[in-house]
Amino acid sequence: MTSVELKPPIYGILAEFDNSDDLVEACKQARAAGYRKMDAYSPIPVEDLDEVLHLHDNRVALFTLLGGLFGCFGGFGLMSWCSAIAYPLNIGGRPLISVPMLIPITFETTILCAGLTAAISMIVLNGLPQPYHPVFNVPRFAAASSNKFFLCIESEDPKFHRHDTARFLESLNPDEVAEVAH
Amino acid sequence: MWWIGIGHAGTLISAILLLLNQGWRNAINRFAEAMTLFAVACAGQFPILHMGRPWLGYWLIPYPNTMALWPQFRSPLDWDVFAVSTYATISVVFWYVGLIPDLASLRDKAHKRYQQVIFGALSLGWRGSAMHWMRYEKASLVLAGLSTPLVVSVHTVVSFDFAISIIPGWHTTIFPPYFVAGAIYSGFAMVLALMIPVRRFYGLEDLITLQHMNNMAKVMLATGLIVAYGYTSEVFFAWYSANNFERFMMHNRQFGPYAPFYWCLIFCNIITPQFLWIAKVRMHMGILFVISLIVNVGMWLERFVIVITSLHRDFVPSSWGYYSPTRWDWAVYIGTIGLFMTLIFLFVRVLPMITIFEMRMLVPSGRVKEPVR
Repeated sequence: MTSVELKPPIYGILAEFDNSDDLVEACKQARAAGYRKMDAYSPIPVEDLDEVLHLHDNRVALFTLLGGLFGCFGGFGLMSWCSAIAYPLNIGGRPLISVPMLIPITFETTILCAGLTAAISMIVLNGLPQPYHPVFNVPRFAAASSNKFFLCIESEDPKFHRHDTARFLESLNPDEVAEVAH
Repeated sequence: MWWIGIGHAGTLISAILLLLNQGWRNAINRFAEAMTLFAVACAGQFPILHMGRPWLGYWLIPYPNTMALWPQFRSPLDWDVFAVSTYATISVVFWYVGLIPDLASLRDKAHKRYQQVIFGALSLGWRGSAMHWMRYEKASLVLAGLSTPLVVSVHTVVSFDFAISIIPGWHTTIFPPYFVAGAIYSGFAMVLALMIPVRRFYGLEDLITLQHMNNMAKVMLATGLIVAYGYTSEVFFAWYSANNFERFMMHNRQFGPYAPFYWCLIFCNIITPQFLWIAKVRMHMGILFVISLIVNVGMWLERFVIVITSLHRDFVPSSWGYYSPTRWDWAVYIGTIGLFMTLIFLFVRVLPMITIFEMRMLVPSGRVKEPVR
């Protein structure tokens, strides 16, 4: 079908499923049908979805490592700078940068920075906080945080077609299919 | 020290058991983590109040100041500042990250406008997208991995406060592991002491099962035995060191003016938990509750004995004295218990005390085809 879209553009089409297996199955079929711009929503993490939807992102781990290294060298550097340059105290000729005594705080700053970057990078990479998102316009989406599983094919997908996509989603045996307004 | 130790079980339950993939932690981790936070908040009161000039407490934090002074990073007191503040921060972060999906759930279930706004803001607009979950799980795993050594390090640093000094009875290498075990011991005792009534009053027997209680009791027994080993080795090394002051300290601890406290502590921490060998005791909530209270008292006594008996008679007899807590000491202590209970009650009232989304992963009615962890 090549009919011209008359209604205002929508964000996408949302299908609701009753359990995670159906959702995974639907995602598989949608991938097979050539859809790429889509997202699945579930109240619990569903392990297979990463594979089915080809999601790859190791940046949380990378940022955590970088944060940890920053904390490690930053903490040690700060203490060394303080005790050797900014405020040197000569106590019986003992070394100004006495490494063993600086280890506990270095360890703590490492953990502190790594932990904070882990949490913050997770939130920021996820684009949160994001109080508004089109999928919230679907009233039944409220169940996405309790017991329903959703698949949304977005209108930005090159294969997206308002009627065909809706029909395709209907064919996957969902509980309900709804258009998502912007 | 007592409070910090109590806090440790929370992180331990949530972090180490997550890493070990122990499914039974799910029902109790949120509660235990909250307990951690509140215990750390209480623990924080003491060093600040005991600084003598609490309003200058921020001097312990390195910041550029007009006096061009920097803290003494080689002092265990400053290690404590870093360890405890890091611990508090990471615990808050871990706890909050765990709460995000649940807050989203609360947001969607809320009917009143103000609830929707509050939970909506706190849940950051979480919508359970697959990509989000993937990053979320990674972050949780990383945080758990970071918290585990952190827990161990915090109490190690606390024990360094003692072990770095030259006071007899404190200056031993057994302190770090013995303190960490003691912390876990008292922490689990506190979780049990709080959870048994909560479970009863809120009818959570199906979520927090007897199996949970049984497992926690076993952990308590195991750490209790490590603590018992710690006491024994303290006595042994006092003798083996052939150091007059060490030997005197131990003799004084066992038979001096504070002897009743010491033997009471042995009774609470070593004798009582032996009943946990019996499966029936572990499954009987009344008895378990009493045992966990006794252990908490015992752990408090342990800290009292360690601090007081070493200090009240040190090297020079002219500086000997006898310490008994003043009215104000008691007031501070009882005040923190009040603070702790208030926070716990508020938490139980306002936030989900059992992780909703993790329970959903376990409950078969959700028809989630994952192996039940």
